[in-house]
Amino acid sequence: MPRTVVPWEIERKLLVKTEDKTNPRYGYKPEERPAEDYIKYGVINLDKPAGPTSHEVAAWVKRILNIQRVGHGGTLEA
Amino acid sequence: MTGVLPITLEEARKIVQALLLSGKEYVCLMKLHGEATEEQVKKVLKEFEDTIYQRPPLRASVKRRLRTRKIYYIDFLEMEGRNVLFKVGCEAGTYIRKLCFDIGEVLGCGAHMQELRRTRAGPFVENGDIVTLHEAAYWFMEWQQQKDDKILRKFIQPMEKALALVPKIYIRDSAVDAVCHGANLTAPGVLSLETGIKNGSMVAVFTLKGEAVALAKAVASTEEILNMEHGVVAKTERVLMSRGTYPKCWKSGET
Repeated sequence: MPRTVVPWEIERKLLVKTEDKTNPRYGYKPEERPAEDYIKYGVINLDKPAGPTSHEVAAWVKRILNIQRVGHGGTLEA
Repeated sequence: MTGVLPITLEEARKIVQALLLSGKEYVCLMKLHGEATEEQVKKVLKEFEDTIYQRPPLRASVKRRLRTRKIYYIDFLEMEGRNVLFKVGCEAGTYIRKLCFDIGEVLGCGAHMQELRRTRAGPFVENGDIVTLHEAAYWFMEWQQQKDDKILRKFIQPMEKALALVPKIYIRDSAVDAVCHGANLTAPGVLSLETGIKNGSMVAVFTLKGEAVALAKAVASTEEILNMEHGVVAKTERVLMSRGTYPKCWKSGET
């Protein structure tokens, strides 16, 4: 039986509808955001330690980086 | 360490929804409660490589009704006595503890989950950019002292990385601020788009600079959008970029 479509194996092509340019005066390439924005729009791919809950780990990150709010991408069990 | 746990900072929390819905991969150590041959185990693992039924466990954060989950693949890794190691790629919300129990039932000898490590959450994998809490704390201190932004990039990824698997629609600068204000994306704003978008698909609306503007629900397919000259192509669901990042190019009073 063939494997069902695995989401991370899907290859997508980019199709162009119209050409246009972007004005360098506005916004930033994500990797060129100034530090404050880079953090604000950032994600950490964390290797979660065993023991504490995802929620606790997220709270630690919040304290370490001294930021207001964090979220996490799902507990291990679901 | 139990593996990949993407932590979204500040504004990036808005993409958690996309991560929660994305597929996961785990390496699981399962303990059998009786004897079984490697042949039998491999055969049963293959049987679970399918759409399976699961009732969420007693201690679950969702309603306990029978639901289906897709198991994309189960790769047998090794077996030693009653310990079985395998890798499983599955849909979001699959309970691996439950999966082990069910595998044990089919094998006849019973089994339970002994250890679990998540090796993927959507586009985030365990090799490459993964960091421990200690590394994150260390790099953050280094950055505070040296103020070299290259250090930040060692342990923080732009939120756009989290959207790598979501099909994208790239839009004109002039369409960005309207979407930031919650407007739906219309055909004239679309510059390019990825294949595989269907009516109802979640899409990520991006600028030409590669910045995420919003998460939206497509109301037409890739092919249809390519040929549309006017009308809504995607309904904005979650705005990610702050208003005013791009200039306002729309008339007020317009719906």
